[in-house]
Amino acid sequence: MINAGDGTNEHPTQALLDLFTIREKKGNIGGLDVAIVGDILHSRVAKSNIYALKKLGANVRVIGPPTLVPAYIGELGVEIFTDMKKGLKDVDIVMMLRIQIERQGKGFFPTSEEYFRNWGLTSERLSKAKKDAVVMHPGPMNRGVEISSDVADGRRSVILEQVTNGLAVRMAVLYLLAGVRT
Amino acid sequence: MKILIRDGHVVDPSQGIDGIEDVVIEDGKIHEVQKRKNEGSKGEKGRRGGNSELGYRIIDASGMFVFPGLIDMHVHLREPGFEYKETIETGTLAAIKGGITSVCCMPNTNPVNDNSSISEFIIKKAVEEGSCSVYPIGAITKGQRGEELAEFAMMSEAGCVAFSDDGRPVMDSLMMRRALEYSKVLKALIISHCEDLSLSAGGVMNEGLRSFTLGLKGVPVQAEQIMVARDIALAELTGGRLHIAHISTADSVALLSAAKKRGLAEITAETCPHYFTITEEAVEGYNTNAKVNPPLRTLKDIDAIKEGLRDGTIDVIATDHAPHHSDEKLGEFNLAPSGISGLETSLCLCMKLVAEGVLSLKELIEKMAVNPARITGINKGTLKVGSEADLVIVDPRKEYRVDSTEFLSKGKNTPFDGWVLKGRPLVTIVKGRIYTWD
Repeated sequence: MINAGDGTNEHPTQALLDLFTIREKKGNIGGLDVAIVGDILHSRVAKSNIYALKKLGANVRVIGPPTLVPAYIGELGVEIFTDMKKGLKDVDIVMMLRIQIERQGKGFFPTSEEYFRNWGLTSERLSKAKKDAVVMHPGPMNRGVEISSDVADGRRSVILEQVTNGLAVRMAVLYLLAGVRT
Repeated sequence: MKILIRDGHVVDPSQGIDGIEDVVIEDGKIHEVQKRKNEGSKGEKGRRGGNSELGYRIIDASGMFVFPGLIDMHVHLREPGFEYKETIETGTLAAIKGGITSVCCMPNTNPVNDNSSISEFIIKKAVEEGSCSVYPIGAITKGQRGEELAEFAMMSEAGCVAFSDDGRPVMDSLMMRRALEYSKVLKALIISHCEDLSLSAGGVMNEGLRSFTLGLKGVPVQAEQIMVARDIALAELTGGRLHIAHISTADSVALLSAAKKRGLAEITAETCPHYFTITEEAVEGYNTNAKVNPPLRTLKDIDAIKEGLRDGTIDVIATDHAPHHSDEKLGEFNLAPSGISGLETSLCLCMKLVAEGVLSLKELIEKMAVNPARITGINKGTLKVGSEADLVIVDPRKEYRVDSTEFLSKGKNTPFDGWVLKGRPLVTIVKGRIYTWD
């Protein structure tokens, strides 16, 4: 059985394609500083990436409002930030998450506008990260909610490459698990 | 019929008995409890069972424990309305197989037991089809909707022994205040399911790292703690009789302990075997049989609950027997109903507390028979001469493997399937009627 993303639990093929993309861009994963930003609590993408990144030796930090980043997540060995500028400082990878209204229910933050003001990824905030930092997002994006269009379409965005790699990585998963012998 | 139970280790805290005694039952009543009369070797034949020449049915209980029939003051019999989950007939059979000879049944049936007609129906049905004594618990509010008080006096007259909106807690503090105040006329007991619904908000397991990694919505311990604190405050304000149901957290134990130390002696509390036996870890693999409300917590909570049992903060062990149909429990975790079918494993799980040294046998029987009788005002839980002959004979040594397919309850929903336990009832006697279990 291949898990193609189950509810708010896990999304392992997304983590595989994200790791593939990171390795393509950075050569290796161990020792990198990775910030995952947004709704960690309800995100299957965040969880699978945290497991995979930790396993391969990356330093993971999570950033978001306390309502979406409960303190017990720290027990997974990740650092928790509520402030974007502090959280993004000197990271190699900025991994954005979609704000998922349908999974969240109401009341985790007041409005999309206020969310963007505090946790939206803008060029100014991105400037705190390393100069060669790349921006990722599992898509689909809410432009103007968690990410500004100039960053989403900017030169540091690898979001479309994630989509391309996703196809290849998932083909590989199916190929290997279909029992093909080499 | 006359019954002689020989050589058993009788534990009856109501009259300070804890030793080898013979129990004589006549006409469904306890006739005598006393040390073995010296009859030389004449009794040998009788010890093998069968009838002696004296006209007694003799039961050899040597090496066995003899307890007063247990009283479970928190059971869901599901009838009327949910007969596919359980009926009064099957629920009471499950009870006596577990050594429980009296049950108090919660009012969240359909229709809700919020008026004397339903109470009378349950009592009548129990007399006709039940295997043990059944004492209904009436609703606090009409339809358990939390809006208007139900008819306490009329239900009380019909035979209700307490009032509770179990499963649908009274969220309105003024309504709870009125219930605790009004019930004083009858000296009636109010049983509170302590859960702040706005805080638990549809959570399905204990909140923490495990609920996050499983991707399930958590219920913080504070959802219980807040309401325990509120209800203690309201009991203090009103002087009403409050009993806190199914304590699951260390914080609740601490609040209760502090209240009792302040002299609020009228407040009592219960916990259930699953809250001192297993943790939230049982949910792993999305095991819906470990989905229960309040949810299973952590080792820290188990330790505090055991300490609360040991030091007397927690007065009662009840099962919160909540049978469900297997099709319902086969649904996905978020949609499956909460509850554990507990009647047939309760005593064995509780005997572990004695083996671990948490409770003495005497203390265990206090929490499973004497205290529930006192709190609900049921004239049971004793082997005093003249009382109805309800008792259970338990083999303390023989191991058995829990097999839910053998449950007499319709609800096979147990997280203890496959567990190897000791302390299974061998014989249950209800009002002088003998049931033997293999």
